[in-house]
Amino acid sequence: MYTLKFDENVCRTCPTGDCLVKCQYLHLDKETAVAEMVKIGQGADSFVLNDCVTCYACEEYCRRGNHPFYLITERRQEKGILTAPRAITRQWINIGEPQGKYRLGEVKERVLSFGFMPEFLGWIKGRLFEDVMPSYIFGQEFFCNVVYIHFADTAVIKERLPQVVDNFRKLGVKEVIFLHDECYGAFTQLAPAFGIDVPFQSIHYYEYLYHRLQELKDLIRPLNIRVAYQRPCSSRLSSDQHHFFADIMDLIGVDLVAREYQDENALCCGGILSMNYGYDLAHDVQKRNIDDMTAHGAQFCVFNCPACQSTLGPLVAKQGIKPIHMIHLCRKAIGEM
Amino acid sequence: MTDITQALAGIVGEAYVSNHPEEAYFYARDPGLMPPHAPDYVVVPKVVEEIQEIVSLANREKIPVVPMGAGLALTGLVIPLKGGIVIDMKRMTRILKVNETGRHAIVEGGTSQGLLKSYLEKHHPRLRHSIPDSPATATIAANVMIHGQGRLTQQYGFNSDMITGLEVVLASGQVSRIGSCALSPDWFSKGAPLPDLTGLFLGWFGATGIITKIGVKLYPKKKLRDVEIFLTDRADLVPDMIYELTHTEMVEDINVFAQPKPMIFKDNHHITLFFTGDTDEELEFKRKTIWHSLDRFIRNKDGGFMGVPPVMKPTLLDMPQRSVSRFADVTKGGGFEYSGPIIMVDKYPACAQKILELAEKYDLGYSGMARIIGRSHAMMYGFAFTFNRADPDMMERTRKALHEVSVFALEAGGIFWKATVDEQRMAMEKMDPVTLGLMKMIKEQMDPNGIMNPGNWEVTEV
Repeated sequence: MYTLKFDENVCRTCPTGDCLVKCQYLHLDKETAVAEMVKIGQGADSFVLNDCVTCYACEEYCRRGNHPFYLITERRQEKGILTAPRAITRQWINIGEPQGKYRLGEVKERVLSFGFMPEFLGWIKGRLFEDVMPSYIFGQEFFCNVVYIHFADTAVIKERLPQVVDNFRKLGVKEVIFLHDECYGAFTQLAPAFGIDVPFQSIHYYEYLYHRLQELKDLIRPLNIRVAYQRPCSSRLSSDQHHFFADIMDLIGVDLVAREYQDENALCCGGILSMNYGYDLAHDVQKRNIDDMTAHGAQFCVFNCPACQSTLGPLVAKQGIKPIHMIHLCRKAIGEM
Repeated sequence: MTDITQALAGIVGEAYVSNHPEEAYFYARDPGLMPPHAPDYVVVPKVVEEIQEIVSLANREKIPVVPMGAGLALTGLVIPLKGGIVIDMKRMTRILKVNETGRHAIVEGGTSQGLLKSYLEKHHPRLRHSIPDSPATATIAANVMIHGQGRLTQQYGFNSDMITGLEVVLASGQVSRIGSCALSPDWFSKGAPLPDLTGLFLGWFGATGIITKIGVKLYPKKKLRDVEIFLTDRADLVPDMIYELTHTEMVEDINVFAQPKPMIFKDNHHITLFFTGDTDEELEFKRKTIWHSLDRFIRNKDGGFMGVPPVMKPTLLDMPQRSVSRFADVTKGGGFEYSGPIIMVDKYPACAQKILELAEKYDLGYSGMARIIGRSHAMMYGFAFTFNRADPDMMERTRKALHEVSVFALEAGGIFWKATVDEQRMAMEKMDPVTLGLMKMIKEQMDPNGIMNPGNWEVTEV
């Protein structure tokens, strides 16, 4: 069985305790933060195991690569501390179960991964993708399964992820451009953390878009709009790619509003929070988030994750802020939408 | 042309009478499992006077008459078990009146659910009726006749509780008005404060009279409508959850379903909640109250609200919900039937367990679905099975499964809804004998020649 590569001494000697000090939901001082993480590392009880809302952010806050969120998840599972109602977890496990209904384009060594997000089947078109399409894969067989860490269930990931890797291997792909952060994070961060080999190079679609837009620079007409960015939880697994968002906004003439809840301080869309914890937490977070966008004059809310857009999109729209996915924004910038 | 055919043609016109086998073939069956039986004649009248003449003729000649709406009950209620005349109501579809402030409509006996819905949307956008999830062609009168349920059933009871009066052709050919319309030009009450005579007709499946007009209660139609789905893996907690939800007085309609396919639904019970509001604030207040009512189950991890993606909402909010019809063909081959006993909500766990047992025993595709009636006063639990009509063995297995449902439902204290002939017999055998005697008196008085949909509610033969 795959096990997490975790070093208790890294936490014990941590000079900041940032993983929990910066947490938007727990609000701990440094001493408490370090002490609790050490306890968690030792397998002892900690209130953090009950109170963590699974936003993934500590994976980014930890600059020492010790995977605090994966550890919290492992310990929760060991102790049977459920984050989600059992039925919700069961539903998601069922959703991701391979059923032989995957779809393949004309797969080449370089391929686009739609994961298991059907939106991409309709969205991925035009000049931005013409150098790769129709080389794509879609379906549960290529679903990274990382979402189950929201439900404190790494066993499903450990069981399914190697199969998914194997499915990629069988296709003979060398380079996979992931259109969802969670998939990218699965193969670049989670898999190595659990010792799962990945036989291909992973590219984040932000990096791909940035380079592709540079190639299409002559087509770009600055959009001259003010946008807020809804950063997804799973982007915490690939924080080294986060700068590409601002880089792309610069490239297409978009003003990214300097609001409170951005970059490291980003708030969850509320989707998982509502499923796991009910109305109040989710709606408090959503309200603060949208009020912040409104207060800073955002005209558009740019989404990276289709699931975030599905959850938060209708709510921002009610406040007069137009929801738009990153891919559509970029297509708009080159005159395709 | 026979004498009877000629006589019927003389009443409704030649174009609206048939004794041709190709038409008898269709009128001999419904989409369910009951064996077919052909009528001798089919007539399609236009006005009540024609029905009076048809029934008078039938009474005189002692020929059975079977009134038919859209024929969607699935349990053989419009199959002419003893032949005779099928009276197809589909030309009597006028919406005679809508009283906006009195919130009721008067429609003819063949008016479909879809017709009234679209009429109200166009002409009275602030009004709605309790539309069931049967296809839009289902008729209002037939649905009320079988004590159907609809989108407002959780709030107001059976659709038959939501009527304001009836016009009925009796076996004698006379027309009777039931309710306030018996002595007033206004159709505002089906009975009170008079003796409520609607019970002489509702639930009798046409065995005591033919509904030719019906007053339907209309209700406020809010501008906004939304849906949430609460999941649980514990059938035993569903009644408690329903109790909390109905306590909020904020839910329009509550349906529960559990089925193994598609995979997203496997192993869980899904409580689908609909609610409405005129403003975003009203809708959000209700949403918050509804969610909070189930907080203790969320805290205990016994249930949670799933994220309903915007792309899924139009399907869920559709009225009637077409997904119900789609389920009907999951197995392919077009066979679908369910037994839907009306039963106490606390029997939900037993029903859910029973359908699992039967699906496994008979190797059938299934869906268990419940609609809450009133504030947890009862529910209709549908034991639904799909089957391939080209597979006689599968049809037989489905028949056996449904028979076991009937036995189970009766033992569990339930009452058959739109009972098949077999179920009617089982019900009458179990029924309090004095009550059965009362039914017998009614039937003998109202249909002395036994011409009204014979084979159904044969109280005189028990």
